[in-house]
Amino acid sequence: MDLNRCEAYAQCAFQAPDVFAMHGEEALMYEPCPGDERREQVMRAAASCPVQAILVEWPGGPAVPEGAATGARG
Amino acid sequence: MPAADGSAEEFRRRGHAVVVGASLAGLRAAETLREEGFAGTLTMIGDEPHEPYDRPPLSKQVLLGRTGAGDTLLPRRRALEARWLLGTAATGLDLAGRRVRLAGGEEVRYDRLLIATGTRARPWIKETEAALDGVLTLRTGDDAARLARRLDARPRRVLVIGAGFTGSEITSACRERGIDVTVAERGPAPLVGALGGVVGAVAAELHHAHGVDLRCGITVTALEGDPAGRLRCAHLSDGTTLEADAAVVALGAVRNTEWLAGSGLAAGPRGVACDAGCRAFDVHGIVTDDVFVAGDVARSPHPLFGYQFLSLEHWGNAVAQAEVAAHNMVSPGPERRPHLWLPAFWSAQFGINIKSVGVPPMGRELAIVQGSLAERRFAAVYGHQGRVIAAVTFDHGRWLPFYGRLIETAAPFPPDFAQVDRAPGGPRPIPAEFPDPALPTHGPTVTLSGYAPSERRVTFVPARV
Ligand SMILES: Cc1cc2nc3c(=O)[nH]c(=O)nc-3n(C[C@H](O)[C@H](O)[C@H](O)COP(=O)(O)OP(=O)(O)OC[C@H]3O[C@@H](n4cnc5c(N)ncnc54)[C@H](O)[C@@H]3O)c2cc1C
Ligand code: SF4
Repeated sequence: MDLNRCEAYAQCAFQAPDVFAMHGEEALMYEPCPGDERREQVMRAAASCPVQAILVEWPGGPAVPEGAATGARG
Repeated sequence: MPAADGSAEEFRRRGHAVVVGASLAGLRAAETLREEGFAGTLTMIGDEPHEPYDRPPLSKQVLLGRTGAGDTLLPRRRALEARWLLGTAATGLDLAGRRVRLAGGEEVRYDRLLIATGTRARPWIKETEAALDGVLTLRTGDDAARLARRLDARPRRVLVIGAGFTGSEITSACRERGIDVTVAERGPAPLVGALGGVVGAVAAELHHAHGVDLRCGITVTALEGDPAGRLRCAHLSDGTTLEADAAVVALGAVRNTEWLAGSGLAAGPRGVACDAGCRAFDVHGIVTDDVFVAGDVARSPHPLFGYQFLSLEHWGNAVAQAEVAAHNMVSPGPERRPHLWLPAFWSAQFGINIKSVGVPPMGRELAIVQGSLAERRFAAVYGHQGRVIAAVTFDHGRWLPFYGRLIETAAPFPPDFAQVDRAPGGPRPIPAEFPDPALPTHGPTVTLSGYAPSERRVTFVPARV
């Protein structure tokens, strides 16, 4: 989330209320790694944001390649 | 050594890019390298064992218990095809031999290097007190996990030392969870170093309105433990003692430059100095052509602000500077770009969305151009030498791009807009009340420093000249 861009239009909170919520009048709270069952919602939210403040990536998309010295995502 | 002749094209095709610091700036730079067609070898070195994750939620959603501390991984813009050396610290740099030394003794050769080692939380000054069970800091995901666990255990009182942005967000989260908090702040108000005393007074009211025991002009002189090594109480400079189950030290950040000591780079406590194109300076003030810097650790001159060297501890700066650094790493001279990003950040505390553009600490005066301080919802414009230099909003974020354009176009201060809800003649400027710039404050998120890029002969130029 690029909250510098966010102008609190709350479109995301409307499209994906389980993931995005307004906190007070303008501050946006969000779940950074929502589960797969929220995928549709989140994609709609990202598409509806008028200032493109939401960047989405799902597992299966870009990820750290084999051999990375780290644990699993999410 | 493909890039030895300085050929950007050779480097782009076959070079070895090494990124030290695998967090926000490091990741976005690596992605930009690939986006711009870098087909060579890419090595990511990070001392944290985790994949790159996002820090802003750590003091917000995570402390509220809404998000796990391990659940803030940064989304990827694209696949990277990189070698990841995570949990591995860089310990030294050999500029002439183009080698990064690693903690295990191994060395990694590079053709071009990006330094993105960021900052860490400034620890509590007395080591034995810092080691007490219950004394915490907040910078990493692991820190956030520890603090969140503490808050889950319902401490009777939390002491927050330092009322900068991080301290205030921690305080806000505690209050939202119904936990009693005392804040000890050396300055006259919260956020005073970043936003000045006028706006700081509003932040103080927010603290009071949310039941925070805010003590300004106070320092913590000692933290005391019980025989089991658990924090018991804090001694304050006014002679009082405060019982607390946890103390969070939020005294700003320290730049991770120790690993560069003796390397010949202009790196020190104020960061790594670089030119507007993100190329690092050496100690002689000569720019290197194969070492680049981005993010919280960088210190670079900004044309909009009199070419002052700015260190910006802002999320947006890390992203923008990483993109410019990566672009310049793979581009020949004439195609290189300067980092001209207009500083901007946000903070959420006590249900208020605080946003800023420009460099408020450079402002001498401010004018409230929308809303009012009394409502705690407003837009304040800061002026410096007759022009608009910054704007800060409390729940007026939508207007910020407008103020950003005023800064970019060096619009006159005090502003006189016909369209804003003010009496004729425009808003009246008042002193912004920044503390004496020569005095340290807790974690201003912008540090202004002198013009000379070399740390050896640098002199401190105060924000107000
Ligand atoms: C709790 C918190 C809340 C924040 N909230 C906001 C906010 O609301 N708005 C905003 O604009 N900004 C916020 N920020 C600031 C923002 O997160 C930073 O500006 C950003 O993380 C900077 O990214 P960076 O990659 O430059 O540095 P960092 O994120 O500090 O990353 C540097 C990385 O390098 C690693 N490293 C250091 N030394 C070495 C070494 N020798 N070898 C290998 N690796 C090394 C570090 O461990 C770290 O992983 C917040 C920061 C914190 C901590
Ligand atoms: S839709 Fe975009 S602008 Fe609106 S609140 Fe969500 S992120 Fe912010």
